[in-house]
Amino acid sequence: MFTSPEPALSCTQAAHAGLPPRVGVGLKTGHFREVLGSLPDIGFFEVHAENYMVAGGPFHHFLGLIRELYPLSLHGVGLSIGAEGPLDVQHLQRLKDLIERYQPHSFSEHLAWSSHGPVFLNDLLPLAYDAPTLNRVCAHIDQVQNALKRPMLLENPATYLAFQRSTIDEADFIAEVIRRTGCGLLLDVNNVYVSCINHQRDPMAYLDALPLHDVGEIHLAGFAEDSDNLGDRLLIDDHGAPIDQAVWSLYRNVLERIGPVATLIERDNQVPAFNVLLAEAQQAEALLVDAGGRS
Amino acid sequence: MSTQAEFTAALLNVQLPCPEGLCSANGADPASRFSVNRNNVQSSLINALRDSYPVVAQLVGEEFFRAMAAVFVQRQPPQSPLMSGYGEGFSDFISMFEPASSVPYLSDVARLEQLRTLAYHAADASPIRPEQIAAALNDPQALSELGFELHPSLLLLDSTWPVVAIWAAHQREATLEGIDLNHGQHALVLRNDLDVEVFAIDHGASVFIRNLLAGQPLLAAAENSPAFDLGQTLGLLIAHNAITHLNNKESP
Repeated sequence: MFTSPEPALSCTQAAHAGLPPRVGVGLKTGHFREVLGSLPDIGFFEVHAENYMVAGGPFHHFLGLIRELYPLSLHGVGLSIGAEGPLDVQHLQRLKDLIERYQPHSFSEHLAWSSHGPVFLNDLLPLAYDAPTLNRVCAHIDQVQNALKRPMLLENPATYLAFQRSTIDEADFIAEVIRRTGCGLLLDVNNVYVSCINHQRDPMAYLDALPLHDVGEIHLAGFAEDSDNLGDRLLIDDHGAPIDQAVWSLYRNVLERIGPVATLIERDNQVPAFNVLLAEAQQAEALLVDAGGRS
Repeated sequence: MSTQAEFTAALLNVQLPCPEGLCSANGADPASRFSVNRNNVQSSLINALRDSYPVVAQLVGEEFFRAMAAVFVQRQPPQSPLMSGYGEGFSDFISMFEPASSVPYLSDVARLEQLRTLAYHAADASPIRPEQIAAALNDPQALSELGFELHPSLLLLDSTWPVVAIWAAHQREATLEGIDLNHGQHALVLRNDLDVEVFAIDHGASVFIRNLLAGQPLLAAAENSPAFDLGQTLGLLIAHNAITHLNNKESP
């Protein structure tokens, strides 16, 4: 159970209601001025929390202005929830400070690890799905939600490898984490597709096993094609390409199952002009409207 | 060794074998899949340095830069998830990196680029209005005790190389033609509103600003510096919004 903190800003209550069921775009620094100049019809913006853990300067200046105009999703990439070691409480405090400052409508992190001891690897690394990992991940999410005094969303990973000692299917693992901790699901549809191709799973069966009623946000992104030593397709979640047709198709399937949900167009590499992202956002928004979204 | 310790070592050191205990559904060699994570780690860290050190990359070329950054990444991986601060030791590393010794000013250019990043993200502070500063300077009774606090983004670099001229040349057509490499420069870096600015200042002005940063009152800071143009230096600090507080014991 989470008790709501005292309202600090007028947007606090709206922020706790979650993201609106509309399409958002990842906010890139190169697009700050264009966004403020053109005020696009976008449902929300999402930022990587760690980029804004700086004292001052243009990042805070522009995010402050944009936050006054749009709902915000705060997406962490550095908490290392799957780490074998304890969570970095200093980092958790930085997240808390950022959440207090910007009152985001959602905070999300990954089912992955990225730090070992003091070393930060700047990548989302895979976990063995077994009972000890399950207990550890749940304990870390409990710690995060208690510290932040709000539920978080957990993102399903894109992975390339499996562990021999894994005893639980990934989707079942995620379902159990959500059941035990009360966190929500950030369903990255691109990650579903990438992982299912890489691990020869059926995406429909994977979705069937997830608690889709707990989805608080969807991510859509592009992947890169590679191949492994057997010449089989190996998809890389690089956030550097337009959204693939297979991912659009899976997205439509998800919307048919659960109706309209806040959906992010995610692009972190080879970032194109803002209007290219806007066009993908409009494509997704049309699907949301079809699924019974805003009138 | 724990799984994640073994993973971490093999991600950073490409000479190490793929960790044990991994598999893939199609029976492919796990090493061919582990290499995706290894490439992600290596390239994301090298790209982070590349983004922070564009002039260093121009000076040595992309291929050399990436090879040099790869050695740095292995020796000094990030110690924090805040990637904006990654590369703190890059300048010192470059100064000891033998293959780069033919570009002796490379390390100082890296230091200047690092200061620009620090200035960009430094804390905000409102400048004192020029009229207010002028009034304080025109009050002879208070002048002897008058002190300045400077913007948190303000940073200095003393170089035996013309580091500002080299950096500035690479904001345009990237040629060192016409730059006298035999003269050092003193760099002043600060953020003026949203923009980071870089200036070459006299040795005396650089010492004066350091004295101000150390908390010396204006007149003492000037007296304790080698000869320099005080009016011009104050004019620079005022025009670029670098003075954020007046300390005056007479009128606190």
